[in-house]
Amino acid sequence: MTKVASLRWMVLLSGLSMAPPALADSTLLNVSYDPTRELYRDIDHAFVAAWKAKTGEVMTINQSHGGTGAQARAVIAGLEADVVTLALAYDIDAIARTGLLDRHWQDRLPYQSAPYTSTIVFLVRKGNPKRIRDWDDVARPGVEVITPNPKTSGGARWNYLAAWGYALDKYGRDEAKARRFVAAVYNNVPLLDAGARAAATTFVQRGLGDVLLAWEDEAMLAVEEMGGGQFEIVVPSMSILAEPPVAVVDKVVDKHGTRAAAEAYLRYLYSPEGQEIGARHHYRPRDPTVAARHAAEFPLVKLFTIETLGGWQKAQATHFNDGGVFDQITAGANP
Amino acid sequence: MAVAAVAVAGSQRHRALSEPRWVRWLLTGLALATFGLFLLLPLLTVFGEALAKGVSSYWAALSDEDALAAVRLTLLVAGITVPLNVVFGVIAAWCVAKFDFAGKSVLISLIDLPFSVSPVISGLIYVLLFGLQGLLGPWLAALGIKIIFAVPGLVLATLFVTFPYVARELIPLMEEQGTEEEEAAVVLGASGWRVFWRVTLPNIKWGLLYGVLLCNARAMGEFGAVSVVSGHIRGQTTTMPLQVEILYNEYNFVAAFAIASVLAMLALVTLAVKSALEWRFSKEIAGMGH
Repeated sequence: MTKVASLRWMVLLSGLSMAPPALADSTLLNVSYDPTRELYRDIDHAFVAAWKAKTGEVMTINQSHGGTGAQARAVIAGLEADVVTLALAYDIDAIARTGLLDRHWQDRLPYQSAPYTSTIVFLVRKGNPKRIRDWDDVARPGVEVITPNPKTSGGARWNYLAAWGYALDKYGRDEAKARRFVAAVYNNVPLLDAGARAAATTFVQRGLGDVLLAWEDEAMLAVEEMGGGQFEIVVPSMSILAEPPVAVVDKVVDKHGTRAAAEAYLRYLYSPEGQEIGARHHYRPRDPTVAARHAAEFPLVKLFTIETLGGWQKAQATHFNDGGVFDQITAGANP
Repeated sequence: MAVAAVAVAGSQRHRALSEPRWVRWLLTGLALATFGLFLLLPLLTVFGEALAKGVSSYWAALSDEDALAAVRLTLLVAGITVPLNVVFGVIAAWCVAKFDFAGKSVLISLIDLPFSVSPVISGLIYVLLFGLQGLLGPWLAALGIKIIFAVPGLVLATLFVTFPYVARELIPLMEEQGTEEEEAAVVLGASGWRVFWRVTLPNIKWGLLYGVLLCNARAMGEFGAVSVVSGHIRGQTTTMPLQVEILYNEYNFVAAFAIASVLAMLALVTLAVKSALEWRFSKEIAGMGH
């Protein structure tokens, strides 16, 4: 072993024996979904600095990421999240049903508590060899589609509902025809990963499939991370407005005495600085000034909201619960 | 004369039992190919990927604050579970092997339970027991005790999953050794405690060591059960295998494989220690059965 290497070992070992860093004045735990890892790394960093400048308090923000449904279940089971930032309102509603936070949490922050939005786009391989332009091409036989399992993944539910909304519009709100269309899409899916990030890794890293249905931010991140012009983003003619919501978990912040900091943290997401960080991570900003500055990066898409499909409770009950439309269309086809 | 007869018999048996040369080569080749493809290649891939962007990125990945926290947590969890399982395992094996009592077969089945239950299920059991909506959850919450999504939960889940390793290693050994030596010691006037320290323990020390090594390897590498009870809080409740998953999901392949390589090295060290002990004490180990 060379001197340098042994020195490095010593540094490493001394790092191991070191006690964990001294406890900061205040700690927040943000329990979030999969694709926001990079976003909240930057948000946390910026907020800690802003909070220290404002109050002098040194804040530590811990992050937990995973599939949105699994994360909601962990919070319900006692994971002490001061704030939750999940992929869809349905999952925060599930937490609210246990009494951990106010049932009307969505009214507490602007834009129904969704500080940024995204949509569902297609990620295809370089040169778009299968010529995928719109949802009709995704439903075409012979195209392999990668999308995660809507039972476990929030992104997958947005993907599914984007296809459903497109089909309803195309067939003049004829549900039977829309169902056949979505069945054709899922007939093209060779495997259903558990989460959005796992599906992206399947497409990008393992090289499976012709098209990945993905969050816009996730698709842009994949292009950025994997680089080399290996992938292209295709924006369909129409897609869903995905609104990932945030909320303070009342029972937890009252127990920890962190309500002020937790609320300030979520409000920071709406501030020009927070919106700018969001836009840099490819989340569509709400703030008009920030949105104008980044207008060129976000292609214009005809967007419809979850409300036009009857809201989350109805969508969940109709499509994703056991025996729902998703189960019916995948039961006949190859999953 | 007798020696010659044995030699002839031996060579005849040798010829009768050996396959044609091509069969032997084929089987050896297959075994080597399998070993290379399924063991050696993945191991090399781990180190190859970890060093894909050079030694400095490798070291940077390992000196990352969260990576160090994961290593510390893994060592802490293994440091608590392994000694506890040594104590419990020895006691359980001692009871099962040296005594007869009603319900013995039930106890053996219970010891084997963690082997037959999926680790994910063992994790879920703790969530159902200690979770906020679980059986003991509200009571624990009222007392301000955190079990799951904290270190105690990780320790409990690991303890459950690794429990059989020490006991399972010792039970056949202790059964084979029988109780004669202990009986002799008792007849000579030794107390129960003294019998254990002076007779039983020296007899089982090599088996115990194997059990400890296996238990430790599993404790450090366990994924399923700890994943369920961890809560995945970066730098707080992520053990090394969980940190590998997190980094892999963050497209941070070099860092993921760097930590995986540390886990692989821990496994290799375990293997080396075991082989070194076998080599150094081969005579004692050979005589252990008597």
